[in-house]
Amino acid sequence: MSDYGDLLAGVRRRTKISRYRPVVLFLVPVAAILFQVYVPLFLDYLGYLELPLLVTVYFAAMRRRPVAGLLYGAGIGLAQDALSQNPLGMFGIVKTLVGYFAASASLRFDADNPGSRFVLAFFFFVFHQAMYWVLGRALIGTPVELGAARTLVLAGMNGAVAVPFFHLLDKLKES
Amino acid sequence: MELLTHRYRTLTILALVIAGQLLLLGYQVRTQGDVRLVRVWAVTAVTPVARLLETARRDVSTALDTYVFLAGAQKENRLLKRQLGELKFEVRRLRRELARADRAEALKLFIERSPSKMVAARVIGAGTGADSKVVFIDRGTRDGVKKGMAVVTPEGIAGRVAAAYPTASRVVLVTDPSFAAGVVSARTHVQGTLKGMGGRACRVDYVQNEQHVEEGEWFYTSGDDRVFPRGLPVGPVKVSREGKLLREILVEPAGLQAGMEEVLVILEGVHQPVPAPAADEPEFELLPPPDTLTTMAEPGAARPTPVLTDADRLLETYRRIGQAQGHVYGEGRPGSPPPDFNWEPGPAPRKRSPSGGGHE
Repeated sequence: MSDYGDLLAGVRRRTKISRYRPVVLFLVPVAAILFQVYVPLFLDYLGYLELPLLVTVYFAAMRRRPVAGLLYGAGIGLAQDALSQNPLGMFGIVKTLVGYFAASASLRFDADNPGSRFVLAFFFFVFHQAMYWVLGRALIGTPVELGAARTLVLAGMNGAVAVPFFHLLDKLKES
Repeated sequence: MELLTHRYRTLTILALVIAGQLLLLGYQVRTQGDVRLVRVWAVTAVTPVARLLETARRDVSTALDTYVFLAGAQKENRLLKRQLGELKFEVRRLRRELARADRAEALKLFIERSPSKMVAARVIGAGTGADSKVVFIDRGTRDGVKKGMAVVTPEGIAGRVAAAYPTASRVVLVTDPSFAAGVVSARTHVQGTLKGMGGRACRVDYVQNEQHVEEGEWFYTSGDDRVFPRGLPVGPVKVSREGKLLREILVEPAGLQAGMEEVLVILEGVHQPVPAPAADEPEFELLPPPDTLTTMAEPGAARPTPVLTDADRLLETYRRIGQAQGHVYGEGRPGSPPPDFNWEPGPAPRKRSPSGGGHE
């Protein structure tokens, strides 16, 4: 027990676990999904902003609990699926993995640093799109397009938005 | 050991959650079914909020238009600018009303002129996902909307109802990769299948390289898919080129070009003929019109015949030779002398009298 246990305890001591009120954990993803449903009708280019993904990454990374992260991601993904053309589970599976890996990564990296946040958002956007493409092709045979250059540009955009967005969400931390 | 236990516990939960969702996916794909209850809950929860947001947006937009512009106007000249601002606001309001009336009038006219039974609907939301080509409309099963019904705008087809809920419906746009519809070209009547590509354009599949489709030519619905009635406009061809096996044709969907605020759902479709294209340029070259019409010199002729071609001129020459020599063509007996075709008559008179000079 002792060696690995000490290592884990050491990592946990260095990483700060943030806490949020349940109402915040519920309303923020709802608002993100509503944003994605409503705003692109009038501002087309904002349709490429994956706010539900950013919310998943943020809360999973800041709470630093992989189980909570994966369940949170699954919930947001399934809610997205219910409002999309996909069968239920496409976004669910992808965001489950995102939640899990974001929480796991936050145990090893400083998720409070703006640079780390940009990298996390950038990486998980690419991961999200790639996994979605794989699932679409492999499971339901949907001809989903995945342009590498376009995905990287959008990942950069989402990463750039993530830094101030995460800073805003920091204000909702429970003191 | 504690670390390993912890890791396995997390991984087990992860595997269970993924497996559960995979089973859910598999069930839907295998049965071609849907977990309708979850979607009904989600859409019913989102619809009122989306309606509220839409109403709030319109109100805020109007208020901002009023306040911001009038406040700016008062800084320069309180009285004059206030009047100007009021007029601006009035013009803007009238323009907005006019645009709204135009859209409403266009929809009304389209409904009146179309034999199909339709219901107007407002777009209240978009689907989730970065590349979503799905929208929600505020008409559902309570208004008679059913899954599979066609959604159009006066400019062209817009999509298909993918799911109908009590208060709203989900519409797959023509640009979605899962969308398909039977189409036919207006000029050459080439049949194909319109498919969304996830971008702004759509492609028309299953057209042979030998079939001729020109850029700019319009495609219309063919009615073969039993969703869209025949004769609805789809859009003009932007690209048409030979492919490896089949012709590559890209079409710009006209129904989405003017933005989508209001749409029409076709409750009962009626097929219509595909409109004929505008009159083509003639493929043969007509002779230019004559400057002056040369009339025939037939005495008492009821109608003058214009001399247009070399053949007409030759005929006219022979006729005058026959007249001058008293020869009636077709009545000469065998062995009788023919007219002297080497005799050259003078310039053709406008009209000859019956006693006009002849050549002996």
